[in-house]
Amino acid sequence: MSAMGTRRFRVYRYKRGDPGWRFDLFVVPVRSGTTVLEALRWIQRHLDGTLALRHSCLHASCGTCGVQVNGREALGCVTPVDDLGATITVEPLANIPVLTDLVVDMREFVDRLPDEVATARRSEYVVDAEPPKGIDAYERFEDCIECGLCLSACPVSATSDGYVGPAALAAAQRLLEEPRGVDPEQILEWADDPLGAWRCHAAFECTAACPSNVRPAERIMALRGTLGRRAG
Amino acid sequence: MSDRRSERPPGFERRGERGPVLRKGVGVPTSGWFDPRGKALGGFAFSANRVTGLGLVFYLYLHLGVLTLLLRGEGAWSDFLRLATSWTFLSLDVLLVLGILYHGLNGIRVALVGSGIVADRQRALWWSLGVFGTIVLVVAALHIFGSK
Repeated sequence: MSAMGTRRFRVYRYKRGDPGWRFDLFVVPVRSGTTVLEALRWIQRHLDGTLALRHSCLHASCGTCGVQVNGREALGCVTPVDDLGATITVEPLANIPVLTDLVVDMREFVDRLPDEVATARRSEYVVDAEPPKGIDAYERFEDCIECGLCLSACPVSATSDGYVGPAALAAAQRLLEEPRGVDPEQILEWADDPLGAWRCHAAFECTAACPSNVRPAERIMALRGTLGRRAG
Repeated sequence: MSDRRSERPPGFERRGERGPVLRKGVGVPTSGWFDPRGKALGGFAFSANRVTGLGLVFYLYLHLGVLTLLLRGEGAWSDFLRLATSWTFLSLDVLLVLGILYHGLNGIRVALVGSGIVADRQRALWWSLGVFGTIVLVVAALHIFGSK
């Protein structure tokens, strides 16, 4: 990159077997519009090849590059460094086990989703459209990109590992909005749990953190409303 | 070559282990509730609700403790009343009213939002109840300090 200045990056480092984590400091050349992910990849290529990070699409669709930037959840690929200060702290997402450096283990996140939730759903594809050979059917992807930012931002998840979390509950509400063959009662039973919809304390940090406009908190509140009417 | 293939990479045995979980804040996980970095309005409301809640619990026990002065007779109670009408103590009364108002009004907000009645109006509710609470607090403060 043709540099217009430099920024100092404090990057969280942890490797399996290390006695603990630490921060490493890197000075990175940046220009206007350089993203956090670009800077991290520059570090990886030029300063420390052992820095582990995860990314894929580079345009906020895949949700794999979620990190904490200066304590706030963000997708590194669409977060410019311009207004982040002279020293930028990059950490992995909170409340999700760290695999190594900035890479978290998303298994627990995915396991929390209700069983009825498919990560991608069959869509109302054009009836006459023929899927290409080797593909069974067209699928429509949901708004949620399963990046885990909501779980990291949630203050309740910080103190309650058993809480299923915003993404799973928002997915449950999404199923109620559009069941497509799933029994709504089954979803409500799943959500009607002390560690389910009732564990949320309405901090709305998940909605603030969500990069995909899922608005998990509002969906959880709507889910609660349904649960309340069902009980009443 | 086949021998090398059967060799497992360093650290292979540890791959299944659950890694550390990063928490916000310092020390205990609950400290993350008060990490101001990047917090949105709802997060501040959540944190302030906890602070005022703890403050009110502390006040409840303090209040019960103060009432036990009655058991020590009229002199002890009169001494306390002199203290209770000092400017410092009256300021603490105003702080108490602030805590009660915040916790109560935010509770109404959370109940309205959390029951799905106005699921997507949390910010508007916070600000409107905040204006109402501020007016009540000013009136209460004038009344408390005016009583001196």
